[in-house]
Amino acid sequence: MPDNDVAPQPIIQTVGVDKSFGDVQALRSISLEIEQGMFFTLVGPSGCGKTTLLRVMAGFEQPTTGHVIIDGKHVAGVPANKRPTNMVFQNYAVFPHLNVGDNIAYGLRSKKMAEDLIRRKVSEALEMVGLSGYEARPSHALSGGQRQRVALARALVLKPKVLLLDEPLSALDKKLREQMQSELRHLQRNVGITFILVTHDQEEALTMSDRIAVMFSGEIAQVDSPATLYQRPCSRAVAEFVGFMNFLDVRKLDTDSGRVEIEGLGTVEIGPRQAPGGFDGEIVAGVRPELFTILFDGEPTAERLCTGRITELQYFGDMTYYEAKLDGIDRTVTISMRNTSGREVLEVGAKARIGWSPESLLILS
Amino acid sequence: MMHRLRKSSNWLIAYVGVFLLFLYAPALLLPLFAFNDSSVISFPLAGFTTQWFAAVLDNDPLHRAARNSLIVALSTAALSTTLGVFAARASTRYEFPAKRGMLGLVMVPMVLPEIIVGVSLLVVVVQLGLSLSLLLIILGHVLICTPFCTAILGAAFQGLDRSLEEASIDLGRTRFMTFVLITMPLVLPGIISSLLLSFTISLDEFIIAFFLTGTEATLPVYIWGQLRFPQRVPGLMALGTILLVVSLLLLVCAEYFRRRGARTMGRQEQGGFF
Repeated sequence: MPDNDVAPQPIIQTVGVDKSFGDVQALRSISLEIEQGMFFTLVGPSGCGKTTLLRVMAGFEQPTTGHVIIDGKHVAGVPANKRPTNMVFQNYAVFPHLNVGDNIAYGLRSKKMAEDLIRRKVSEALEMVGLSGYEARPSHALSGGQRQRVALARALVLKPKVLLLDEPLSALDKKLREQMQSELRHLQRNVGITFILVTHDQEEALTMSDRIAVMFSGEIAQVDSPATLYQRPCSRAVAEFVGFMNFLDVRKLDTDSGRVEIEGLGTVEIGPRQAPGGFDGEIVAGVRPELFTILFDGEPTAERLCTGRITELQYFGDMTYYEAKLDGIDRTVTISMRNTSGREVLEVGAKARIGWSPESLLILS
Repeated sequence: MMHRLRKSSNWLIAYVGVFLLFLYAPALLLPLFAFNDSSVISFPLAGFTTQWFAAVLDNDPLHRAARNSLIVALSTAALSTTLGVFAARASTRYEFPAKRGMLGLVMVPMVLPEIIVGVSLLVVVVQLGLSLSLLLIILGHVLICTPFCTAILGAAFQGLDRSLEEASIDLGRTRFMTFVLITMPLVLPGIISSLLLSFTISLDEFIIAFFLTGTEATLPVYIWGQLRFPQRVPGLMALGTILLVVSLLLLVCAEYFRRRGARTMGRQEQGGFF
């Protein structure tokens, strides 16, 4: 993350963008600034407006109010074919009647470019996505992953200012998806073009992005780096959507000093950074599963301790996920433990000493 | 269970056999009598001749009628397919007020009896003081063909993935070039089907043509006129034979192109004529 004093010019910016389809308001005053060269991700549950926002940026939809600025220029009324953006569609939209080479040359040919230059650019683009020599392949003979690469090459060969990707990995199987995730990341670093990815998969967002915007029902809930988003979600909804979070009831004691009583854990003092939304309204305490620790004999004790009983466990090899009922309350919490060497795996019914630290708590509304 | 199935499938085979016999046997009589050396259409056959084909080749009014029919059918096919493209495009891509009602009105002539279309068009023409001509027949045929074209093309446009067109625009092409480079090639099988169907409907349409024919008869109207002369009937058999062969060739061609198209698109083999 660049930490200069001079804020870099955003490559794409939305200012108070609203979009309605009839009575349905798909976007509500979206204001975003995305810096040049970022891998930016719009993530949210389906129907949250993330694809609509992408289509507004691409020029397929016009905002009802507000405007979009790309590379310092207002693009209101500028159609998609005149914008310095290119899109990779969810189903790739590889033209079925053209072969791979003609698909990639499609955008170049509209620019009245010499044919041998086009041919060279096409072969460079194919090399970039690892499909060298595929020019003459018919599109229908491609696998899902290859289609994906052709769609990428077809968009990147035009050297757009911003590449928009609409759930490009959702149609691939798990293994290929993971492979394409890291390839996309590498590709973005190599070409230095700003990527804006739309996905409903929070894990994908966390692993790939420089910055992430979480959207719910047409609004942006939080824009942050993956680590900040995970460690300091600004609301209960974001915390629930990004990763897993345990929630415990809170009784307010003295909100001025930040003293609260949390069920099962007792009284703690909460620093201001741990309560991004303040103490007003309905608040809960959130703890990530890995911030609880089951203490085995001989391991150092934690700052605070509570006890519980294991009710369920899932063993993943490297990790074990426990469900533990805390003594004194009716709720179970999820605890994840790394299976380092020598660490035993508890059985269901076993008593456990659970360590935690007040700093790991978040107060969310 | 297995036994019952086989028994009932025997019945089904017999049913299909009888069905096909009724459908195609009469058509097979055409070539039979076209080569029969007698002006009387009856069994037993008298002998082999090609004189009726010679008569067809040497018949100027018939050539004229055939030419007229070709002009009408080709124009009808082109016009109604063009209109069908517009209607299908409108119905699959755009939303506008009274869309369903308007598209419904486009489809009405499909179920309207042709005699009503023919009579009403004749009344309009007479009231307007226009003279009967091939142009009027073409207009009448366009009226009844357009619904069929719209239906066929509607299905073709419906099957076209919208993001393909958006991708083309996104890659810098205008809407018009997108239509030419992406939409048209992808709906081409539908367009060919539409052209073939409207051509065929127009070619053998009799009622509207009969009402609106002035001095220039189309082939069906001419054939109907010739049936009054028994000695001309074998010649009509020869003509019918020629038309049969030409239609079959057309059908084979259409199917060939359809399959080739399906192959280059990598689509699963489905539908088609055969």
